[in-house]
Amino acid sequence: MPGFDRRELAAIFAGGAVGAVLRVWLGRHFASAEGSWPWATFAINVSGSFALAYFATRLQERLPQSTYRRPLLGTGFCGAYTTFSTMQVEILKLVETHRYGLAAGYACASISAGYAAIFLATAIVRRTRVIA
Amino acid sequence: MSDWVWVAVAAVGGIGAIGRFLLDSVIAEHAGRDFPYGTFTINVSGALVLGLLTGLAVEGSLLVIAGTATIGSYTTFSTWMLETHRLAEDTEVPRALVNATASLLAGFGAALVGHAIGAHA
Repeated sequence: MPGFDRRELAAIFAGGAVGAVLRVWLGRHFASAEGSWPWATFAINVSGSFALAYFATRLQERLPQSTYRRPLLGTGFCGAYTTFSTMQVEILKLVETHRYGLAAGYACASISAGYAAIFLATAIVRRTRVIA
Repeated sequence: MSDWVWVAVAAVGGIGAIGRFLLDSVIAEHAGRDFPYGTFTINVSGALVLGLLTGLAVEGSLLVIAGTATIGSYTTFSTWMLETHRLAEDTEVPRALVNATASLLAGFGAALVGHAIGAHA
């Protein structure tokens, strides 16, 4: 692939493979009944947001530059572990079964909790003194 | 789920992540990094395709591989939230709000349209 570092792409692939397997596994083991709150996706998206902010802030602001950690952990793992499309289809299914309040609540709660997780993880990394 | 399905999930999960990275890089190169156009495009297009697959009533292992694993990995929630947070931090609060709401609404609209197209195909 011209212009792209093959090892960087390999790191993204490896992280993405692990993230996808973990998400599919959790989704199957904690499957929600049709028309109820999608707990698995919600928990995945919030925990993945926390992890991404932790890695991104730490790698960017705290640790010496590394070429492959960000693609492996951030773009690959956290990017693939969390999902936007499944959340949207879940919202759509709630709307189709006329659970409008639950659909709106799920959308708002995902964004609020996801944003809060990013905020918290960023703050934690910045407050931790790193003895390098 | 059989072992080969898990192998496929891992493989397409990795491919979905690479696709996201490449498309985001190309979009950022053309549109700049003032606004996360890349993630927005990826998430909305992915919601359209996943809506289409469910509208076509794709089920079982095929839905897991093509939908949950491939499109699920291609789209991302965490990057969307991280970019929203970083915009707000850079005192670009209006852009952060636009990024959060436009992605949510456009993503929902895309899933709706994809589902309708699939259901009537």
